[in-house]
Amino acid sequence: MKPAPFEYHRAYTPKEVTELLLELGEDAKILAGGQSLVPMMNFRLARPTALVDINPVSGLDYIRRDGDVLRVGALTRHRSVELSTEPDVHNGFSVLPGAARWIGHFPIRSRGTVGGSIAHADPTAEWCLLARLYDAEIVVLGEHGTRTVPSDEWFTGFLTTAALPGELVLETRFRRPRRHGTLLEYARRRGDFAIAAVAVAFDITDNRCHDVSMVLGGVANEPLRVPEAEAYLEGAEPGERAWAEAARLAAEAVTPGTGPDDGDHGYRRHLVGTLARRALAEAQAGPAGPRPRGGAS
Amino acid sequence: MTEQIGRRVPRKEDRRLLAGHARFGADVQFPRMAHVRVVRSPVAHGTVSRIATEAARAQPGVIDVVTAEDLPADLRIPVRLHVEGTDPGERLQPVLASHTVRYVGEPLAVVAAEDAYLAEDAAELVELEIDELPARLDAGSGDDEVVADFGLGYGDVESAFAGAAHVARLEFSVQRHSGVPLEPRALTVDYVPATGGVEIFGATKVPGFNRRVLAQLLDVDESVIHLHAVDAGGGFGVRGEFYPEDFLVPWLARRLRRPVSWVEDRAEHLVAVNHSRQQRHRLEVAAAGDGTILGLRDDVWHDNGAYVRTHGVIVPELTLSMLPGPYRVPAYSGRVRVALTNKTPCGTYRAPGRFEGTAAREQLLDLVAAELGMDRVELRRRNLLTPGELPHTRAMHTLGTELVLDSGDYPRLLDRALDTVDELGWRELVARGRAQGRLLGLGLSLFLEKSGLGPHDTADVEITSTGRVRVHSGGTSLGQGIETVLAQIVADEFGVSVDRVDVVNGDTTLQPFGTGSWASRSTVVAGSAVRGAGRAVALRVRELGAEVLEAAPEDVELADGVVRVRGAATARALDLAEVWLAAQPGSPWLRDGEPAGLSARHRFAVDRMTYPYGAHVCVVEVDPGSGGVTVLRYLVAYEVGRAVNPALVEGQLRGGVAQGVGGALLEEFRYDESGQPQCTTFMDYLMPTASEVPAVEIVLCEDAPATTNPLGARGAGEGGLTGAGAAVASAVSDAIGRPAMTGLPLDPGSVLAALGTVTGPAAASADGIP
Repeated sequence: MKPAPFEYHRAYTPKEVTELLLELGEDAKILAGGQSLVPMMNFRLARPTALVDINPVSGLDYIRRDGDVLRVGALTRHRSVELSTEPDVHNGFSVLPGAARWIGHFPIRSRGTVGGSIAHADPTAEWCLLARLYDAEIVVLGEHGTRTVPSDEWFTGFLTTAALPGELVLETRFRRPRRHGTLLEYARRRGDFAIAAVAVAFDITDNRCHDVSMVLGGVANEPLRVPEAEAYLEGAEPGERAWAEAARLAAEAVTPGTGPDDGDHGYRRHLVGTLARRALAEAQAGPAGPRPRGGAS
Repeated sequence: MTEQIGRRVPRKEDRRLLAGHARFGADVQFPRMAHVRVVRSPVAHGTVSRIATEAARAQPGVIDVVTAEDLPADLRIPVRLHVEGTDPGERLQPVLASHTVRYVGEPLAVVAAEDAYLAEDAAELVELEIDELPARLDAGSGDDEVVADFGLGYGDVESAFAGAAHVARLEFSVQRHSGVPLEPRALTVDYVPATGGVEIFGATKVPGFNRRVLAQLLDVDESVIHLHAVDAGGGFGVRGEFYPEDFLVPWLARRLRRPVSWVEDRAEHLVAVNHSRQQRHRLEVAAAGDGTILGLRDDVWHDNGAYVRTHGVIVPELTLSMLPGPYRVPAYSGRVRVALTNKTPCGTYRAPGRFEGTAAREQLLDLVAAELGMDRVELRRRNLLTPGELPHTRAMHTLGTELVLDSGDYPRLLDRALDTVDELGWRELVARGRAQGRLLGLGLSLFLEKSGLGPHDTADVEITSTGRVRVHSGGTSLGQGIETVLAQIVADEFGVSVDRVDVVNGDTTLQPFGTGSWASRSTVVAGSAVRGAGRAVALRVRELGAEVLEAAPEDVELADGVVRVRGAATARALDLAEVWLAAQPGSPWLRDGEPAGLSARHRFAVDRMTYPYGAHVCVVEVDPGSGGVTVLRYLVAYEVGRAVNPALVEGQLRGGVAQGVGGALLEEFRYDESGQPQCTTFMDYLMPTASEVPAVEIVLCEDAPATTNPLGARGAGEGGLTGAGAAVASAVSDAIGRPAMTGLPLDPGSVLAALGTVTGPAAASADGIP
């Protein structure tokens, strides 16, 4: 469990990162929090010839509200989102601090980064689900400057993204703030990768659901939107009956061949139904607000 | 000084462990040390046609690459614990495979390099050409290599079943899992040019046995092999047995004539150390209409993996011999077939054989109670052996000893457990939850344990220059607190506190006759040896003290670490340092021919075990939405005879429960259809964490002192685990309204299948394979 040999480089500006990556070639990898990459290297499942450590890059650790957009810098640690008490975060994007609590364990949350998670594109990763839930845009810097990629084009398969060689994620822009939202997961142990996860967001006006998004994690190679459930809930009266039907539609979206582990889809389908129903009900109850530091979840 | 035995003395070893001063195997480093990486088979079964080492050898920093061709021919690791009438024959594990590989992870070659990184890089360059053969992965599939097929039992089972009003049958399986110490194995070996011998750091558990085996395999005298005491991050049965690496690393040190270090990584550990537990039971119980047990049958398939290792077939023997448990079973017949498969070989894991058998038997009793419409507790109470029936001899042998259940009061222990459950309001807790529509269940299991296995252990006690008491015991420190326990035992012989006692465990030079720490034996057997040696030294201290004080030996007393004339509080008193001085060579108090020093060696021998017993009770909640099981409450009631240190006994029981919950719900070594292990990281092998382990209530009983040893102690190492699979299964079946579960682990798929919620592939995974 020792990594194969690699070069280590340290970069101090985003431009330096992209230059180094292009110079070092496709087998070079960015090192951010290292919470996925380093274990994979130790197992020799990943064998980058070189690492470009971006931790010294300044100006990428921030959470900023810009009108209806919440901009999260790539080097923002999970823990910073989890502990955020900013009204700018909680009004409309309250799912984010709550979702951060599901990420691994304390050391992982302290070290791991939002940008790293978006770039790694694990189909159960919380930020990847939320990127799809909030129709996020991913801002990347490459050889020819910055470009913005919509999240539905960003995730292109299991652990793969639309990033081009040499590109660095700078920021994730979460959009479409909504009052109600929840992310729920199930794993056999607290902190493990979710067997399945469900995230929902919506508004309620005049006792009707509006602007509904629902995303499933762990059931496909990338975070899976459920347009059938979203369409059904649009204009529906919030409540157990609607949640049950939406959950049924969510479970139906789990089909053989969509999951990383086809043999298990019967169980995942049941689990997604459970999680969807519970997530919708929990979201209806309203934003929880900032959680007390160290409190139970 | 008040008596130290029975006190909650803080652990002596914690000072160094918590301050970072402990010394583990990998902490021992020498200049010029070579680092070893083992090349392991990537396939489950195959014929080795070629192992090419040239590329690896050519790497800068590589010192040596070794295959079976370089070793003496056909070196195999012998069995430590024989079961009479069984013969592992050709199925002992070779230290390096030569022609055939039989499991993924089997050692094929060893690379030694200047550092561990280079060794791992070079190991990848060892080219293996292996022609794959079909892998055998299930025991009892009809195509089996049965390495042992034996039975245990007594009484007229046929008649018992023929005349029974009711017969209940259950098939119950337990998944492959094992002890996973947080510190993987580590060995540092220094070579001694003057003698050709080796200094070994990192062995734990049974250093005396390992020294003997190594001496035989290296063909050297035992005296040139010195196994040193080190700290260990957990043992649980798997750590410290003689594995291939325990030969390869010392052998390499002698070959290279330099120090060699090997540190196992976690991925290796999970395929290399002994696996355990995988059994399939077909049980039958014959009962009268009132629930009285008339007879018991069990037919067990035991999956032992690819080889027979040091434990031989002792694990399934323990399953059979302990299956009747604390009950009155007039006729019993158990049969086991030990099958070899292309998976990691098996050995003992804390509560070996009993965790499995107890789970199967207790679920069978839940089932027969349900079928007879009886209360689960009432059925058990009716069949428990009563104090008047003890000692109770079962016409069987186990671990080479006669099976005689010594003193005890099983019904009283059950009462104490249930009284506590009532005080804690757990029945109301379950009732309230159910009234809210939640799936809560209460589970109960009763179990019999065994402990204090002989046949002997030896201890040395001596007084040192500042009047400290030093113990060289045959136990080993695995994190269980044995140093503190032995210190408490010996302290009372001198009336001193444990702070005045130093205990060294597991050093083969200081204590060449040690038998090691396993089988819940050290407090009982090593403790009794330490007590005997301490008593002998105390006698010598009184004798010599009397000489100095010019009094008759019978007129002096030894108390508070001081010898004085009895009843003369103001008279001159000698502390232990002064008596030590009087025992030095040249002392006027030493008579001609009398040996100098204050020391004694004592061998304690015992031919029978002592049988602790206990009950586990727990409350679980089943989430029908996920199939998840949460253990909400847990209680262990345990008869320990006499607790030398109640806090440590409780710690042992709590740690056992943590592992038991893991074994009941989470931990499993899964393989794919080609025999590739699927659980080689902590992401896939699910150890319980603080979030999954409940707080544990302990009812520590000292109602029945053991009669097999002078301390009255029963072992406490395993009872926290023995009844856990049974209790959790009982609680889950109670929560979902089924009479019994059919196997462990109780993973979400099998729980939902039992609930009838999910059909399809997951539902079929009663064996836990999704």
